[in-house]
Amino acid sequence: MQYPTPAPTDAEISALIDEHMHLEGPLLPMLHAIQDSYGHVPQMAVPIIAKALNVTTAEVHGVISFYHDYRKAPAGRHILKICRAEACQSMGGKALAEGVLAKLGLDWHGTTANGNLTVEPVYCLGLCACSPAAMIDGKVVGRLTSERMSALLKEANA
Amino acid sequence: MKIYVPLDSAAKAVGADEVAAAIRSEADSRGLDVTIIRNGTHGMIWLEPLVEIDDGSGRQAFGPVTPEDVPALLDGKMESLGKVEDIPFFARQTRLTFARCGVIDPLDLADYEAHGGLVGLRRALKMSDAEIVAEVTESGLRGRGGAGFPTGIKWNTVLGAPADQKYIVCNADEGDSGTFADRMIMEGDPFTLIEGMAIAGIAVGATKGYVYLRSEYPDAIAVMNEAVAIARKNSVLGVDIFGSGRAFDMEIRVGAGAYVCGEETSLLNSLEGKRGVVRAKPPLPALEGFLGKPTVVNNVISLATVPVIMERGAQHYADFGLGRSRGTMPVQIAGNVKYGGLFETAFGMPLGELVNDIGGGTATGRPVKAVQVGGPLGAYMPLSKFDTPFAYEEFGEQGGLIGHAGVVIFDDSADMLQMARFAMEFCAVESCSKCTPCRIGSVRGVETIDRIARGDAAAIPLLTDLCETMTEGSLCALGGFTPYPVMSALTHFPDDFARQQEAAE
Repeated sequence: MQYPTPAPTDAEISALIDEHMHLEGPLLPMLHAIQDSYGHVPQMAVPIIAKALNVTTAEVHGVISFYHDYRKAPAGRHILKICRAEACQSMGGKALAEGVLAKLGLDWHGTTANGNLTVEPVYCLGLCACSPAAMIDGKVVGRLTSERMSALLKEANA
Repeated sequence: MKIYVPLDSAAKAVGADEVAAAIRSEADSRGLDVTIIRNGTHGMIWLEPLVEIDDGSGRQAFGPVTPEDVPALLDGKMESLGKVEDIPFFARQTRLTFARCGVIDPLDLADYEAHGGLVGLRRALKMSDAEIVAEVTESGLRGRGGAGFPTGIKWNTVLGAPADQKYIVCNADEGDSGTFADRMIMEGDPFTLIEGMAIAGIAVGATKGYVYLRSEYPDAIAVMNEAVAIARKNSVLGVDIFGSGRAFDMEIRVGAGAYVCGEETSLLNSLEGKRGVVRAKPPLPALEGFLGKPTVVNNVISLATVPVIMERGAQHYADFGLGRSRGTMPVQIAGNVKYGGLFETAFGMPLGELVNDIGGGTATGRPVKAVQVGGPLGAYMPLSKFDTPFAYEEFGEQGGLIGHAGVVIFDDSADMLQMARFAMEFCAVESCSKCTPCRIGSVRGVETIDRIARGDAAAIPLLTDLCETMTEGSLCALGGFTPYPVMSALTHFPDDFARQQEAAE
């Protein structure tokens, strides 16, 4: 996932909104479409969405802020999601995650100084029989070891 | 020659795509006539990537296969596991819901039909709505998401609710750690879910369905979207299913990373484009659900089990099981386990047998300490409860729950105080914030457990009291069931809470 200059115009946002206006409950699909295109949901999109759906900007803001997935600012060029849930913990996932954060000098949700990698927690990827698991840019990785994790970080130029 | 390489996420996570690519390139360079079929997984995850080769004399399994193994594999020099159905982990299962998963190409509708698919839907189209609902009721099928509410009774409520529009909503927000059955069937046999939803729609008079699928499952989203398009093209879905004049269509909707949206009312709010806060019940979603209309909200496995019930009849399904838990359950054996994977079996197998005989104990080879059953809101079961039969009421009697049937195994290095703390922390992160016991209680829970960890024994009764408040006062299972892991850890593993105290002194 690489987002060069995510600065959409009003017209571009409106076009994405229009694609979903026919749906029942269109707001989440709209937000996903905007984030898929620009790596985040820019603040300027909020009033445009609110107007299209005839709701207040506060309501749109409330929805965006409720869900873990939506970002108000773009993430790093790559996104590493490390599972924190119980099955991964049972296989050393906690130490693995702490190792990554310590190595990169980050806390959860942090982005490396070079902007190459954002590290996020995820609570279960459904890879519980091949834990510990992670996902990098939508690609799943299981049976992770610290060596394999180091290789992933290197590939991402973290 | 046909070669099967799973496309399941778990197989991909351990290199299935790389293996498939290596087979393609090796076969091409040798000029071999090889068709690679990307099937679902059979569920034996410790053997993934599990490759099957069919040279015309049946499928022979190999695994785990690495890209480096591919030349030997094609030379016939790799040791075979034999037939999948002869591997003990598989041979001991009763595969009803997952009968086709791993066998067929998930997106080949003809293959699906050749393996018993669409028989149930065709039969349902000839039945009255009440007859279909009766069939599902008689099968004894209960909600596989965890609550265990009888599916037929829920359908009957929706059937009896007069409305201009009704909905089928499939809960595919499988957020429980240790569970992957929904993901596995959506990736490995998506038409089963589609067929189940179509039957549900015909039964209750709903013409529109939604699958609310979590965003953490990008592969399942892709497979389901393709499958829906194929089903529509072949009039399994649409305004005139198989020329019957009956209509049902569906859409895949993607969640946005909120665990609480697995709770049905929160899910409905999310589907409507709102914050995923829990709704008070009543009104039941069966009467006032999506957009205020009567709505069936069922888990993936509940709906994906409907086709086999309609195909073989209610009695066939009800003949399996124990007590009020009828049929089969796909038990997901996960975490620190030697033979991890999906094991579909009739209700009633003792927990210890699942963990030790089927799962083979821990992956690390250390003794099993605890098993969390039913996801992050499920109890930690100690060894002393290993004779508990895997079934709804039987687990309830032992202070636990089977939930979505995830079984997460921990070895003796697990610190149960930390696991209890994590349960509270998770609840705090994922709380929808509507009710106070969950929103505030979970934060206080983390703080109270930290006090215990620092050696403050006086905080233990406080934690117990807090858990009672959360159990009694929370609006939904998130706050209401978080005390299960916390209190079971405290009750069954008191040393982990006391040892910390000694360390502090």
